[in-house]
Amino acid sequence: MTTAAAPLTAAEKAHSRGPRQNVMSRAAAMLVMGVFTLYFLTPIWWLLVTSTKTGSEITGTAPLWFTPNSISTFFTNLTGLFQYQDGLFVKWLVNSALYAGAGALLGTIIAAMCGYALAKYEFKGREAIFNVVLSGVLVPATALALPLFLIFSEVNLTNTYWAVFLPSLVSPFGVYLARIYAAASVPGELLEAARLDGSGEVRTFFTVSTRLMAPALVTIFLFQFVAIWNNFFLPLIMLRDQALFPVTLGLYAWNSQISQIPELRTYVIIGALVSIVPLIIAFLGLQRFWSSGLGAGSVK
Amino acid sequence: MRMHHGKTTAAVVMVSALALAGCSGGSNTAGGTEPAACEPSTEPVDLTFTTWVPGMDQVVELWNEENPDIQVTVQSGPNGNSGTYQNFFNQLQAGNAPDLGQIEYDALPNFRVQDGLENIAACEGIGDAGDQFIDWTWNQVTFGEEDAVYAIPQDSGPMAMFYRADLFEQAGIEVPTTWEEYATAAEQIREEGGYITNFPRSDVNWFAGLVWQAGGEWFSNEEDGWEVNLTGEESTQVAEYWQGLLEDDLVSTLPSFSDEWNASFNEGDQWTWVSAVWGTSTLQSGAPDTSGKWAVAPMPQWDAGQSAAGNWGGSSTAVLKGSDHPYEASQFALWLNTDPEALALANELGGLYPAASAGSELEAFAGESEFFGGQAVYDVFAEASGNVDPEFTWGPTMTQTYTDVSDGFGAAIGGESTLSEALQNGETKTVDALKAQSIPVVE
Repeated sequence: MTTAAAPLTAAEKAHSRGPRQNVMSRAAAMLVMGVFTLYFLTPIWWLLVTSTKTGSEITGTAPLWFTPNSISTFFTNLTGLFQYQDGLFVKWLVNSALYAGAGALLGTIIAAMCGYALAKYEFKGREAIFNVVLSGVLVPATALALPLFLIFSEVNLTNTYWAVFLPSLVSPFGVYLARIYAAASVPGELLEAARLDGSGEVRTFFTVSTRLMAPALVTIFLFQFVAIWNNFFLPLIMLRDQALFPVTLGLYAWNSQISQIPELRTYVIIGALVSIVPLIIAFLGLQRFWSSGLGAGSVK
Repeated sequence: MRMHHGKTTAAVVMVSALALAGCSGGSNTAGGTEPAACEPSTEPVDLTFTTWVPGMDQVVELWNEENPDIQVTVQSGPNGNSGTYQNFFNQLQAGNAPDLGQIEYDALPNFRVQDGLENIAACEGIGDAGDQFIDWTWNQVTFGEEDAVYAIPQDSGPMAMFYRADLFEQAGIEVPTTWEEYATAAEQIREEGGYITNFPRSDVNWFAGLVWQAGGEWFSNEEDGWEVNLTGEESTQVAEYWQGLLEDDLVSTLPSFSDEWNASFNEGDQWTWVSAVWGTSTLQSGAPDTSGKWAVAPMPQWDAGQSAAGNWGGSSTAVLKGSDHPYEASQFALWLNTDPEALALANELGGLYPAASAGSELEAFAGESEFFGGQAVYDVFAEASGNVDPEFTWGPTMTQTYTDVSDGFGAAIGGESTLSEALQNGETKTVDALKAQSIPVVE
């Protein structure tokens, strides 16, 4: 970044280590970041605070602060949520975990294999395939939901677990990322050596290459997990049976009935809070891999 | 059930418009006016029923116990306009729609025009079931066609005026019986620091209820096409009336059913609410602190001494096109909406006010309500129900009409336009939308 024409002395080098912008610009940067942090965290704070209120307290008390009996109300709401309609919410959580967990895991493996093959094998039409996959990144998933519904109707798979699970396995962006990363991080010589040692291609992929690609795989997994967890439109179109709903669609359905069953308001709010917990856990747990994964692909 | 237009529905509506445009090619002209033959099946039948009325699964349980050969499975989802209608259209397109579906009256013409409804008039006991239902609801499901029944009326929303009896008495203001008195009271209440009511920009179907009361009609389905008339004499009268209240700051303009809106009722800023029968539970849950202070009177009238009422909301149970068992489905739908036990349970769990004429005699509607200071409020609504003009037709693109008029109402509230202009604009947009779907329009 710095245009250093003359070679730096050792002292200057030591001096320039670490950012040492002037105080003003630093403060400005902090201010901007502070504003954004506030902007993003306030709704979550509101969600947390509101989940500790009863129906009438939501409108009747200060929106961003707790009431004296917050803790007991919170647990009353929580038990109410988990017991409502015979624990339907728990079922939705399990469904979401299945759709997102299994979907992201399998989706990551498929994307990794595909990206790896595109990066490491020379074959006819390789670029054409890659370009088709890449253009898939540009098509919004929402636009595909209706055609998918019609296709799944043909084979009588609508309103089943598979109707949401199968489309979730596909991740063009994952393929793209896996290809870039495999090209950069898996040396051809290593594969050559593995072949000489008599390792089959599949074995090489799973034992050697996946380890080298691990940071990218974590990134793909996280992206897929979040995308499936938050996917709303596909389940809305595909599913009719409440027992198959993921948590997003379930909360939406409840929310649309608030005017008829007012007690649902508290459940929707605390349900929304509970439903982001798995995402937070996934992010905090895998964050370490993730940041290194994002950076590594772009350097080489 | 009442229509509820939230912001969340916008995306769904957008996509639905696209999907309709893409999928409905050629199927716009409604076919099959002749009722299909309707024979019972010789084998046990399984039916699916999609609804968003809470507790409907328990009502259906009653039927399933008594009818081992006709088992009904309930599937519930979001409100009609929040996604269920769009799902119906998708499923109709794919040929796997449920046998039965809940459809609000104002959405029925849309399904009729898209040929999504089975004509069940020939099914046993259906063709002459009309006298078991409130007149206007039966007209909604027959579209005034001969030999046609496309759904069974489920619930209705006759309108009356909720008012704060205590506040009116303290301030010495007469409870208004005409709209003229209502406007006078509005001024007096404003001086007291309150608002007579809230003008809801997004509840266009509420506004339609007022036009309905005034004897206006927005749509009619004539021989050679649809006639759209949002700017008739009665509509203009209602629009100018509320325009006056808005301009003089005599009504508040909170988004209805929002938290602030509830709070405003709870804190006593709102003195009246001209609303439907289901408003009883809305008030009880939204304004718990005002318990015992409310009362219900008939809607204010345009001409003193009259007793016209409007309607806001209500659904039917329709047999969707492609059902393999229209006979069984129609029998279930008729039972669901006329059986006293079923009606009572649907009222208890789902808050439905039945469309069946005998429904008002249910025990749930007898007796006094504590929230309303011991008044027998349902008597007022039962009477209103009989005073709803039977001739009122909804258009085939109500979602679009509501959105366009609501946008105009928003501009009127902001002072950039007027309610009359909003209706004028809504009419133009509706005609365009009908033409875009190749639905014939009479101009």
